[in-house]
Amino acid sequence: MTDLKALEAETLKAIEEAATEKALEELRVATLGKKGNISELMKGLGKMSPDERKEMGPALNGLKDRVGEAIAGRKAALYEAALAERLATERVDVTLPVRSTPLEAGRIHPLSQVMDEITTIFCDLGFAVEEGPDIESDFYNFEALNFPEGHPAREMHDTFYFNERADGSRPLLRTHTSPVQVRTMEKGKPPFRFIAPGRTFRCDSDQTHTPQFHQVEGLVVDKDTHMGHLKWTLEEFLRAFFETDGVEIRFRPSFFPFTEPSMEADVRCARLGNEIRIGEGDDWLEILGCGMVHPNVLRSAGIDPEIYQGFAFGVGIDRLAMLKYGIPDLRAFFETDLRWLRHYGFSALDVPTLAGGLSS
Amino acid sequence: MKFTLSWLKDHLETDASLETIVETLTMVGLEVEEVVDPAAALAPFAVARILEAVPHPDADKLRLCKVEALVEGKVQVLQVVCGAPNAKTGLTGIFAPSGATIPSNGMVLKPTKIRGVESNGMMCSERELELSDEHNGIIELEGDFAVGTPAADALGKNDPVIEIAITPNRPDCLGVYGVARDLAAAGLGTLKSKPLPALTESFKSPVGIELEFDAETQNACPVFAGRMVKGVKNGPSPKWIRDRLQAIGLRPINALVDVTNYISYDQGRPLHVYDVAKLSGNLKARLGKGETFLALDGKEYTADETMTVIADDTRVLGFGGIMGGEESGSTEATVDVFIESAYFDPNRTAATGRKTGIVSDARYRFERGIDPASTLDGADRAAAMIVELCGGAVSDRVVAGSVPDTREAIVFDPARVEKLTGLTLNPAEIQKILKDLGFGVKDSGKGLLSVLAPTWRPDVFGSADLVEEVVRIHGLHEVISTPLPQSEAVASPVLSIGQKRLRTVRRSLAARGFVEAVTWSFIPEVQAQLFGGGNEIAPLALANPISTDMSHMRPSILPGLIAAAGRNMARGARDVMLFEAGQHYDGDQPGDQASVAVGIRQGTAGINGAGRHWQGGATSVDVFDVKADAAAVLASLGVKVENLQIAADAPAWYHPGRSGVFRMGPKNVLARFGELHPSVLNALDVAGPIVAFEVLLDAVSTPKSKPTKTKPALSIPDLQPVRRDFAFIVSKDTNADSLIRAAAGAEKKLIADVTLFDSFEGGNLGADEKSLAIEVTLQPTEKTLTDEELEAVSGKVIAMVAKATGGRLRG
Repeated sequence: MTDLKALEAETLKAIEEAATEKALEELRVATLGKKGNISELMKGLGKMSPDERKEMGPALNGLKDRVGEAIAGRKAALYEAALAERLATERVDVTLPVRSTPLEAGRIHPLSQVMDEITTIFCDLGFAVEEGPDIESDFYNFEALNFPEGHPAREMHDTFYFNERADGSRPLLRTHTSPVQVRTMEKGKPPFRFIAPGRTFRCDSDQTHTPQFHQVEGLVVDKDTHMGHLKWTLEEFLRAFFETDGVEIRFRPSFFPFTEPSMEADVRCARLGNEIRIGEGDDWLEILGCGMVHPNVLRSAGIDPEIYQGFAFGVGIDRLAMLKYGIPDLRAFFETDLRWLRHYGFSALDVPTLAGGLSS
Repeated sequence: MKFTLSWLKDHLETDASLETIVETLTMVGLEVEEVVDPAAALAPFAVARILEAVPHPDADKLRLCKVEALVEGKVQVLQVVCGAPNAKTGLTGIFAPSGATIPSNGMVLKPTKIRGVESNGMMCSERELELSDEHNGIIELEGDFAVGTPAADALGKNDPVIEIAITPNRPDCLGVYGVARDLAAAGLGTLKSKPLPALTESFKSPVGIELEFDAETQNACPVFAGRMVKGVKNGPSPKWIRDRLQAIGLRPINALVDVTNYISYDQGRPLHVYDVAKLSGNLKARLGKGETFLALDGKEYTADETMTVIADDTRVLGFGGIMGGEESGSTEATVDVFIESAYFDPNRTAATGRKTGIVSDARYRFERGIDPASTLDGADRAAAMIVELCGGAVSDRVVAGSVPDTREAIVFDPARVEKLTGLTLNPAEIQKILKDLGFGVKDSGKGLLSVLAPTWRPDVFGSADLVEEVVRIHGLHEVISTPLPQSEAVASPVLSIGQKRLRTVRRSLAARGFVEAVTWSFIPEVQAQLFGGGNEIAPLALANPISTDMSHMRPSILPGLIAAAGRNMARGARDVMLFEAGQHYDGDQPGDQASVAVGIRQGTAGINGAGRHWQGGATSVDVFDVKADAAAVLASLGVKVENLQIAADAPAWYHPGRSGVFRMGPKNVLARFGELHPSVLNALDVAGPIVAFEVLLDAVSTPKSKPTKTKPALSIPDLQPVRRDFAFIVSKDTNADSLIRAAAGAEKKLIADVTLFDSFEGGNLGADEKSLAIEVTLQPTEKTLTDEELEAVSGKVIAMVAKATGGRLRG
C-alpha cells in the first residue's frame, strides 16, 4: 500500500509538472495507457486472492480515477493557459473604421418623399391617385378647362409649346395638373374623388420660379360636395402633412377659369426668422388655389352640372416640401448637388406611414 | 392697378381706415400687393427758410446760408453751406437736418466743415428726396408754409398709394371707380355718383367716323364715338392731376394726354386724342391691309388683315385699342383735337397685342373687356375735362355703330348659394349684394330670381358666377369646415401599377446606395441627338425653349444624370452614384412618354463600397455592377430575372463590348446596362469610366392578379444536398450563360443550382480558349444518391455542356 501511495504522489507530481499537452499525453500513456504502470497494476488484480483483491481493488481503482482526474484537470489548465497566451497575441485595433453600407449612403429626393407623404394622407381620405401626361393638347390644358382661345388667363400660364404639326395642332407642356381632371372624369362616372400629382412646366425662371415644378391636383365631384367640404379637406390634409395639431385655412376670392367660385387658400402660420411654422401664430401664408369646379369643365367631361358639383384644388409639391422641411431655394431641387441631396434627402427605409408618423 | 387713397375717396364716401380698406380689398378678391405711404420716406424732412444767403469766402460756387429750421422741436437758425445756384435769401424749401438719411443715396447727414466753414444739415433738391430727376437746384416751395411743416404736407406727398392685383376676370376694377363700387358693396361706405358733365355743343364736328367692316368682322369695333374740341391751349396739366399720375407710376406728358390717362385709370375707359390738323378726312376703323406706321412707342409696325386699325383717308394712324400713331397724336402745339372713345373686341385686341408685342394700358383693358356702355360717356367726360383744363369749344357727338349688349338674364335660384358653399344666407342679403354690385335683380316667381349682369361685368354668365359674387362680398372666410362623407372605414390601396413600381424602384435603388436626382425634363439638342437612339429628334424640340441648354425634351434621363455627375465631380465629388426614376419622351404626343429608372455609377462606386479602404480598396466600376443593379430593380418588380435573355446589343451610347440588355423574348427589352461609350462621355465633357443602367418600366408586363394571397405549399427535403465542381474548357466567345443553362438543364429534377465560380484565360490554355468552372448543387428528394447515380448525373452535365458549348472537361 505504501508503494501505491508513493506511486500516486509521484504520478500526481509529474502531472502537475507536465508543461505541455504532449508531455501530459505521454504521462497518460505511461500511467493509464494500455501498458501504463497503473494499468499493469490493475491487470494484477485478477491473479490476487479475493481478500487481497478486496483491499487492492478499491485502492487501485481510486488511484486510477484520481490520476485520470488529475490528467483531465491538468489538460484543461494547459488548454486555458495556451488559449490565454494565444488570445493575448490576437489583439486588433477595434477603432479601425468599417465600411458603410449602401443603405446608409442612398437617398430619396425630398420631392419623392413628399409625394409619398401626400399620397398616404389622401389615400386615407378615400382619394384615388390619377395621372396624366406631361405633353398635352391645347384641349386638355386649356379649352376643356374653360380657358377660351385668346383669353388673357392663358398668357398668365407662360406655356412651353412644341412646333406646329402638319395637322395644325400644337402640343404643349402642361402648365398645371388640372388637365387630369377632365382626362379622369371622361373615362369614368361620378362620384369622383382623386388626386393627381405630377410634373408641370412654365416658361419662367427666376429666384422663385423654375421652368419645371410639381403640383398635386385634387378633385371631388358628387351631388352635394360644397365649399365647406373643400375647407375641411384642405385643413385635414395640411394638418396631417405638417404633422401639427391644428391648421386653420382662410379663403380669399380669386380667379381661375376652371373653378367658380375661385379662391386662394391662406394657412395660419408664424414666421420665426427664416422658419415658417404652420398651425400657429397670427400670420397668413398663401398656400394654394382652389374652387368649385366650373360647370363648363363638368360639361367638357360629359357630366351634368345641374346634378353634380364639386371642388378642385392645386398645390405646389416643391413648395410644400420647402415649407415642411425648411428648404430655402426651389432651384436647388433640380440642380443635383450631392451635398444638397445628402442633406435634404431621406433614407430608403423612411417610408411614410400613418401608423408610424409621416416623418421619423 | 395702382391708385391713391384720396383718389379712391373721390368715389367712395367712407370713414374706414387705410388698414380696413386694405384688408377689405383683399377679402373681396382685389388682392393688395403693396401699400406705399410716401410720407414715411419724407418723415425726417420739413419746411425751412433761408434768412440770408451770401457767397462762401473760399469757394465761388458755394453759398453760405442762414437757415431757419425746426430742429428737435425748436425753431433755430443754422449755418448751412449750399451749392445750389438758386439758394437765395427768402427761399422756402425742404431741409434735411443732421442725422437724416437722404433717400436718393442713403447718405446720413452729420455736422461737417465745407471749405473751412461749418455746415449743419442740407437744403434738398427733388432728386435727393426721390421726387423727380430735378437736380438743377434746391426745392423752392410756392405758397406760404410755416417753418417746420412736414415735407410730405408741403409737397403734397401724403397720399398713400395702394397697388392691387386684378385677376383677368375683373376689367371693371381697372378703374378706381370700379374698386370703390366693390368696397361700397362690401359695406365700407357709399359709392358717390358720377354725374355726366353738362356740355355746350357749339359746332358740328367736321371729322366724321366710319366703321369699315363686313358682317363677319364687325364685332372688331362695333361702336366708335367722338367729339372734337377746337381752340384748346395744351400745356402741363394741373398739379393735382400730375401728382396722381406720378403717384401711380405714370409720367405726365401734357394736359391732353394726361386727360386720357386719367380717365383710363379713373373710369377704366381708355381713350385717344388726335390732332385734327394732322388728319385728312374722316376717321375710319377697319382691318389692316399690310400698311406700316410709326406708333407712339417710336417703333414701326405693320398692320395685317387680322388687326383693327384706325385710319384716315390717307394712312393708318394706329392700332385700335392698343396704341396710337406718332404722327397724329397731340403735342404742345395742338389747337384742335378729336377724342376717340370706342369699343374694341377683346380677342382681336389680345391677338394683335401678342403679335406685335405691344404692352399698353389700353391693350390691357380692352383685351380683358371694358364696359361697352362707357363708350358714349367716355367721349363726353374727356371733352368736359379738356375744356376745363385747356379751354376750347366742343362739337356735337359723332357716333358710328351701336353699343353692343350680348347680356342675357340669368335664372338664379338663391338656394344655389348654400348648395355650393354650405353657407346659409338671408335671401334679402343675396339680393342686396347683387344690387349693390350693379346687377339687375327681378323676382321671377317660385323663389327664383332673374338676374341681369351689369354691362361692366363680362365675366358673369351663370349661377356659379352669381354665387361667387354673393360669397366674396359676404365673406368667404365664413365658410365652415364640413367633413367629407367617408365611404369606407379602412382605406383601400389607391396606387396604379405604374405608381407602385416607381415607388418600389426608388426605395430599392436608394437601398443600393444610389442618391435620387430630379433633373430637368429638357436637355440641349446635342444631348438629345446622342441619346435619341438614331431617331428623328425634331419633334422633341420646344418652340419657345427657355434657353439653348433646355431646348429639347429628353429622350433619355441619362445625359441629365451624366452632366450632373460631371458638375459634382468638378466640385470635388468622387465615386458618384445617382439615379432618377421618372419620364422620358419619344415624341411630342401625350402617349410618347415612358416611365424609366436610370442610374449611373462612377469611379469605384461598386455595390460593396467605394474608394480606398484598409481592408482592401474598391476597384473601378464595370458593366457587372450595373448589370446587378438592373437585375435587382427588375427583381424588385417581381420579374424572374433568371428567365430573361441577356444579349450584347445595347444602344449606341454604350461601350459596344461592355454592355448588354435584359430581354423578355426576342424583342421586348426590359433593361439595358453597361459602360458608357467613351465618345459619348467625351461629347458631354465628363471623365469616365461611368457605368449606367436604364430599366424600361413600361416594358415590364403587369403581373396577373391572383385569386388568393396563399403562397404555394413549402416542401423541404430531408436529404442533404450534394455539391460537385466541374471545370470546362470552351472557346473564348462562349457565353457563360449558355454553359450554366446547359448544366442546369442536364437533370432538372435533381439539379437545384448552378453557380459559376471561376472564369480563366491564359496559362496553358489555347489562345482562343477559356476555362469556366461551375459548382452544381444536387438536391435528392427521395433517397440518398448512390455513387453510380452521382456518376450518371455528372456524365449528363458534361454531355449537355459539350453539346451546348462544345466545351470539354478540363483535365
